[in-house]
Amino acid sequence: MTALTLTNVNKSFGNVHVLKDITLEVEEGEFVVFVGPSGCGKSTLLRVIAGLEDASSGEINIGGQQVNLVPPSKRGIAMVFQSYALYPHLNVRGNMTLALKQEKQPKAVIEERVAKASRMLNLEDYLDRYPSELSGGQRQRVAIGRAIVREPKLFLFDEPLSNLDAALRMNTRIEIANLHRALDASMIYVTHDQTEAMTLADKIVVLRDGRVEQIGTPMELYNNPANQFVAGFLGSPSMNFLPEDLLGDGENTIGIRPEDLFLSDDGPLAAQVSHVEKLGGDTNVIAKVQDHAVTARLFGQHAIAEGQELRFAFSADKAYRFDPAGQRLR
Amino acid sequence: MNKARQNPLNTTAMHGALILYTLIALFPVFVILINSFKTRRAIFREPLALPNADSFSLIGYETVMKQGDFFLYFQNSMIVTVASLFFILLFGAMAAYALSEYQFKGNLLMGLYLALGIMIPIRIGTVAILEMMVATGLVNTLWALILVYTAQGLPLAVFILSEFMRQVSDDLKNAGRIDGLSEYTIFFRLVLPLVRPAMATVAVFNMIPIWNDLWFPLILAPAEETKTLTLGSQVFIGQFVTDWNAVLSALSMAILPVLILYVIFSRQLIRGITSGAVK
Repeated sequence: MTALTLTNVNKSFGNVHVLKDITLEVEEGEFVVFVGPSGCGKSTLLRVIAGLEDASSGEINIGGQQVNLVPPSKRGIAMVFQSYALYPHLNVRGNMTLALKQEKQPKAVIEERVAKASRMLNLEDYLDRYPSELSGGQRQRVAIGRAIVREPKLFLFDEPLSNLDAALRMNTRIEIANLHRALDASMIYVTHDQTEAMTLADKIVVLRDGRVEQIGTPMELYNNPANQFVAGFLGSPSMNFLPEDLLGDGENTIGIRPEDLFLSDDGPLAAQVSHVEKLGGDTNVIAKVQDHAVTARLFGQHAIAEGQELRFAFSADKAYRFDPAGQRLR
Repeated sequence: MNKARQNPLNTTAMHGALILYTLIALFPVFVILINSFKTRRAIFREPLALPNADSFSLIGYETVMKQGDFFLYFQNSMIVTVASLFFILLFGAMAAYALSEYQFKGNLLMGLYLALGIMIPIRIGTVAILEMMVATGLVNTLWALILVYTAQGLPLAVFILSEFMRQVSDDLKNAGRIDGLSEYTIFFRLVLPLVRPAMATVAVFNMIPIWNDLWFPLILAPAEETKTLTLGSQVFIGQFVTDWNAVLSALSMAILPVLILYVIFSRQLIRGITSGAVK
């Protein structure tokens, strides 16, 4: 059974074509991440799924039912917003129960679901507080709790971590992963952060300019990118792209991941170091090969200084080749 | 806190300026209040002196109470002001929400059309308004005043409120939609509380001109039973003789309710409740 099916979904705002022929499936219990640079249409796609925007054309199915004309509250979805969007005049309990009251659920059911959700999210002590009395992390947990109590067929997360600081972001990321395991629910998660995408997703959908670039598991996309955009977007530091004629002849582009470059006295890439980042476990070397910036991620600690001349090598089976249009050559 | 702000010279200068401004603003009120408790002779001999055993007199208040139905005037003013403010805020907020939240054809033109009223003084249309009120039989009713004041206040209200409504987080409204709230509930329960400071501003802007207005009560509702306070006080001002005791007493009493309304609205300007909704 599929939790969500999109068939040829298009969305235009006036003359601006934001979503172009999006077709994808989300399986029951799957965690799908939409990732892409800002302005790629990922948030719009989420809004179309939620029913906050109407699709210009195409079909949206949630849990086997076509929902193009169904209002957001009846689609069996719950959404967590980037800005939390808590109701300021209601306390935590009020925020979590509002939707259930609108659905006219019996009191006992509401009580039970709030108790369960607040236990899961450690919110039991805060139920009578107002949003203004909570910290950022707590607010985000309330927003997630508000989604959980509805027991939706599909969870939608719109960049839920981008307002949190780095440490909290990592904790909340793990919490969301645990939540997904505990609830076994289908989730769609929008982010521009590729680390979040790689760590959380069962399946990643890479979007660019309103088009799906590639769909697959994180490792599939990492090991087997369909084109130069996906290759460059996933992985941190991102993949190095060098023109083929640097190494021989040709008009194609060669892509090498920073971790696949290693130091070798007779390597083909002569480089001058412009910056070194020593992270302890790793050393990131940013160097110039002629006019092209190249990043190498070397394991361990290395005594490399700025301005030093180095030679890099890579094994041929780790190099990706892309044609001038950016398509992968195999 | 930064050093410059703690500088005692700056603090003194700042407070000095504020205190001076407060004194200037309160001085006329103070003069009216003290003179309303004095005899006529004392008012003219020493306008700035406080009332003492010799000059103290309640004659002004007695005249006001005897002459005409002062409490009725008072009640009329109160009804007209409160009802007008209610309608201005209700319709102004609704129009502002429609303009800021929904995209429809002619959205911008409609906004401009509504804002046009700010630039055209409503008094230019007095004759037409009077004809209209006569035709509808509303002359000498409080409704005539309420309708005119509502129309007069709406343009600015729509203009200010739509600007504030644009700042209300979309996520919050969308969260409401996903939770199954109707558009009316979203408007009344989520958006209105968040623009309360703006509503209070609009209310304060509109309240004082309405309370003090003499023009429309004189033209549209001069009957005894619909007289407003301002119009009622005019009986004491004559072409040749003015009963200053009565005028000052009436004014002193007229200040009070505006003051109370102002305190109510200015408390709303405190934004405490809005924090924590987003971010």
